Parts: sequence; structure tokens; C-alpha cells
Amino acid sequence: MKFIFALARKNLIKKPYRTLAMILLAALAAFTVFAGSIVVLSLNNGLKSYGERLGADVMVVPSEARTSGSFDDILLQGITGNYYITEAQLNRALSGVEGIEKVSTQFYLASVTASCCSSKLQIIGFDPETDFTVQPWIRERYSESLGDGDIIVGADITLNSSMTLQFYNVKCKIVARLDKTGTGLDTAVYTTIETIRQMAENAVILEHLTEGYDVSTSVSAAMIKVADGFDAQSVAGKINGRKGVKATTAQSYVSGVASGLNNVAGAIGAMVAVVWLLAAALIVVSFVMVCNERMKEFAVLRAMGASSSMNAKLLLTEIFAVTAIGAVTGVIFSAIVTFPLTSLIKSALSLPYLLPSFWAIALTVLGAIAATLVAGAVSALFAVARLNRSDAGLMLREDA
Amino acid sequence: MPLKAENISKTFIRNGKNTNSFYAVEETDLLLENGTVTAVVGRSGSGKTTLLNMLSGLLTPTSGKVFYDGEDVYSFDDDVRSKLRNKSVGVIPQGQTGLKSLTVYENVLLPAEMYGSVSEEIKERADELLKAVGIGSLKDEYPNELSGGELRRMAIARALVNKPSFVLADEPTGDLDDENTLAVLKLLRSVADQGAAVLIVTHEKDTLTFADKVYKMDAGKLSEVKKEE
Ligand SMILES: Nc1ncnc2c1ncn2[C@@H]1O[C@H](COP(=O)(O)OP(=O)(O)OP(=O)(O)O)[C@@H](O)[C@H]1O
Ligand SMILES: [Mg+2]
Repeated sequence: MKFIFALARKNLIKKPYRTLAMILLAALAAFTVFAGSIVVLSLNNGLKSYGERLGADVMVVPSEARTSGSFDDILLQGITGNYYITEAQLNRALSGVEGIEKVSTQFYLASVTASCCSSKLQIIGFDPETDFTVQPWIRERYSESLGDGDIIVGADITLNSSMTLQFYNVKCKIVARLDKTGTGLDTAVYTTIETIRQMAENAVILEHLTEGYDVSTSVSAAMIKVADGFDAQSVAGKINGRKGVKATTAQSYVSGVASGLNNVAGAIGAMVAVVWLLAAALIVVSFVMVCNERMKEFAVLRAMGASSSMNAKLLLTEIFAVTAIGAVTGVIFSAIVTFPLTSLIKSALSLPYLLPSFWAIALTVLGAIAATLVAGAVSALFAVARLNRSDAGLMLREDA
Repeated sequence: MPLKAENISKTFIRNGKNTNSFYAVEETDLLLENGTVTAVVGRSGSGKTTLLNMLSGLLTPTSGKVFYDGEDVYSFDDDVRSKLRNKSVGVIPQGQTGLKSLTVYENVLLPAEMYGSVSEEIKERADELLKAVGIGSLKDEYPNELSGGELRRMAIARALVNKPSFVLADEPTGDLDDENTLAVLKLLRSVADQGAAVLIVTHEKDTLTFADKVYKMDAGKLSEVKKEE
């Protein structure tokens, strides 16, 4: 074996261009497989975390609410068309429904044009006591509890030097700005239900909000976390049987995004498959071609006493070395390109995009290397078959 | 330790108007005795290389057997047969056979490296052989820097490095000038004198004066030529 390794090394070194071309082919395969997988995984991961960010399993809104079951509108943008329901009414609707673990109410209000922004903003008020959907990820940016008049704004909202915004004559202090998400969250404003009710009362006075609601006891929606062992769909079904409310599940929303994402992921997956197949085919063809060209060389080795299995091992060693080096280089370059471009890819795809965990990335590294080695192994099979097809005595005659 | 061929023949398929097989080498016996030089002459395409490949264990005969010192070479599997060839046969193939990624010296050491490590003794032997064929100063060059004749001489040194009992040389003096032809033939003669059985395929009349026996190959038929005094 020592002899084979030494000879393989010399063969690779003495043909630098041939070796380099092979390494590049293998690197191309590894590059695409890795980059493609990372993008697809990030999309999936993004969707998962997005689903988690929704937090609630079921959302309940007044039955008149303008939403046609679009969870996104409600949850991420707070658009219910200014329909409200009293807490008492809501409690009645939910009472006795089995499988509800947590309930937290929210209050939504659309702003009139504010100084900061060209369009209307959605203001989302949550109840810090019971909230389990908004605060977990707000805490990534702001860990203290929100005081009266404190707001947290989405990434697309321009900050001014005073760090204040005024809504319906309520002066608010911006305490944090959230990371960009590429969704409606980026133009939302978060605050406590107390603060938003002050705004709403002013809105009624200012006649921006239709009268008839008792703002201080009304809410826009209730977020529900379903207890373990219960199905969100059936809980929503039961609530839908009650009067004055309608319920939708997060799952139906997430699956909506998921299908959009599946299209993108499918396209990227197909592209990766095509490039991998192309690179694999190129690797196979070029190795077999190189092998053809080297028949005489292998025959000379046979004449000097090498067995056909030694020749096969030599060829395998060379192919393995080249594809392994190529695979590792390809993955390294791929990582260098893919990771720094994360935010660019994110905005280009305008889909939830979140890099997978360290271990998932490590697995992807191994997977991309393995996929490349498989291409090398296939070409090695062809090449060895070619090598052993004829008697050495006949190979020796080739180009003699 | 003679090399003996019994009834060996080789047929090939020729794709012509009608596909038919023909004898590249017709059934023949051949004995290469230790201490002798045997020459085979014949026209191009008459079957000399085919015969030599069968003798070296590189080409399975259509019929017949090849014995190295009484052992039936083609009864062994490829691994054993290859190792046997490495140890006991020095093959000088026709044409240019330098391995391009190895230096001249590494080429010559190659057969010794295949199944073991290279001793100082073998290294010295490689140096001596390179000097004997007149390319001692080229040992660190690569094959593509050598002339055809120099490469041929490298192949001869390479074939002899493992001290083979049988030397099978296919036109070893093909590209050589008179002076080098003589040097190579003298070398092969001395290898025979030290106990090896040497077979030389040749076009060269010179070779015949060094040979103990001369055969003629004519369209696959091997016949002994009586040497006239
Ligand atoms: N693999 C093969 N398939 C078909 N025919 C072959 C094959 N190898 C050799 N032949 C034919 O067998 C015959 C003998 O070939 P061989 O190489 O033994 O000739 P040779 O005497 O060595 O010729 P030269 O002096 O030119 O080297 C030729 O007619 C050749 O065309
Ligand atoms: Mg020939």
C-alpha cells in the first residue's frame, strides 16, 4: 500500500493541470450541494421559527372581523378591521372548551399616518401578564418589562433622535427596535394593552374609531395555546361552534407559507440535483477518459509485476484523493460565499430564512462531501471496469 | 529454472468482412534454458509480441501452458501470477514504456518497490544498471526529457533490477545506434551468463551473434533457424 500511495501522489503531482481540473469538478459538485442545502435548510428552519414565533396554536377573533381566516393578517399585522369583542363575551365563548392551556388577549389599532412613516402602522397591544406569543421573541431585543407608554417598533420604522412616536395624542417612548424579519412585523408597533387602550379611547374621541365599543373592556383577539394531547384543529372547531367568535389555527397559516416555501425549496433542490448530476457525470466521464488515456501506463505497471487489483487500488486512491480534496475545498468556498450572503439571500427570497443550527450545518458539510465522494466512487467503478476489461498484454499494445 | 511453453497458441477475432478468428500464434512449444540467449526474428505482425506476452503471464493463451520452473503460470490467480512475474520475469515491453511521473531512477526502482522496500543493495544495483546501459547521468531526469533510445535503455535497466530468472525483451535495441546496441546486447548476454534465460525479439542481425538459439516467427508459426557457422 505504501508503494501505491507514493505512486498515486507522484502521479497527481506530476500532472498538475489534470489534477487541478478534477479537483475543480469535485469542488463544483460539493459547492452546489452545500450552498443549495444550506439555503433549503435555512428556509425550512426559517419557517419553523416563524411558526414558533406565531406562538399561538389557535387565534380567536370577533365573528365580524374582516379576516378571511388569514392568521398572518391578524397576528403579524393586527388587521382585524377594527372589530372588537368584550372580554366577557369572549370568556363566555371560550368557557367549557376543553384543551385550552393558555389564553392571552390582544388589542389592535391602525394608526393614522405618523411622522415616522409613509403608511399606516399597525399597533399591537398585548397583555404582559398573560402574553406568551409576543414577549418571548421581543425579549431577544428588550429584556425589561414594558412600562406605560413604552413601545417596541419593527425594523422598518425610522427612528428619530428623540426616540418617541405619537399615536392618537399618546406620546410613546421607543425602547427597542426589532430585527428585520421580512414580514409585516417590520412595520408593526408593540405595546401593552394598557397603552393601546389609551390610544383607542382617544381614537374614539377623535372619531377615528367607530363608537359602540367599550374600549376599556374590549379586545381584538385572543391567542390560545392548546394543551398537550389536544388537537388545535378540533379546539378551533369547538370554538367556531360558539356565537360571536371565529377561530383559526396557526397551522393553516404556516402551511400557507410552507407551500410558498416549498416551491422555492423545490426549485433550489432541483437546481442542486441538476448541477450535482452534471458535475457527477463530468467527473465520471473525465475520469474514464483519463483512464483510457492511461491504459498503457497501467499495462506497463502490470508488466513490471503489478496485479490488476494493485492497479485498481492505485486508480481508486487517485480518484479518492482528488474528489476528497475537491469536496473539502468546495465546501469551504461554499461556506465562505453562503454565510456572509445570508442577509442578501434572505431579502432576495423574501421568505423566512434562518441558518440551521451548528450541528445541522456540520451534518450538511459531511453530506456535501459524501455526495461528492459518491460521484467519485461511481467514476472509479467505471474506470476500474474499463481497466480490467482486457488482458494486460492487450493493453500494452495500445498506442505501442 | 527453465521457462517452458507447451503447445501455446493465441487466436484473435478480426473484424473484417466476415468476423473470423485467426491464429496470431499457432500451437508451439518453446524452451528457454538458463544461461542461454534465445532470439526470435520475424516480420511485423507475425506474432512475436503476442508470444512474448503469453510467456510473461500477461496474455492468457488460447491453448497450452506456460511453466516457470515447472509451475503452471496460468493456473495461479492474478495476484500470485503478478507477484511471480515481479520476482522472476524481467519484461522489456515493445515501444516507450517510461512512467512519466517517475524519474529515470524511480522508474528503474519501481519493480523492487512493488512488493517490498528498497534495500541499499538494490539502489546500488539500479545505479550500476543505469551505468551499464550508459544513462547513469540521466537518473534524475523525467522520461519526457529523454530520447527514444535512452528510454529503451531505461526500460532494460528496469527489467533487470529484480535479478529476474527470465528476461523477455521485445525489440530492446529498436531505437539504438550501433554502439548502444552492442552495449545492451552485451549486458543481456552477461545476464544470461549469470544464469538467466533470456529471450530477445529482434529485427537486428547483430543480435543473432549473441544468441544461442534463433527462432523465426512467420505468420504465427514458430520455427527454429539453424545457425550457420
Ligand atoms: N488484441 C488484438 N486483437 C486482434 N488482433 C490482434 C491483437 N493483438 C495482435 N493482433 C494481431 O496479431 C498479429 C500479431 O501481432 P503482434 O503484435 O504479436 O505482432 P509482432 O510480430 O509483434 O509485430 P511487430 O514486429 O510489428 O511488433 C497481428 O496481425 C496483429 O494485428
Ligand atoms: Mg511486436
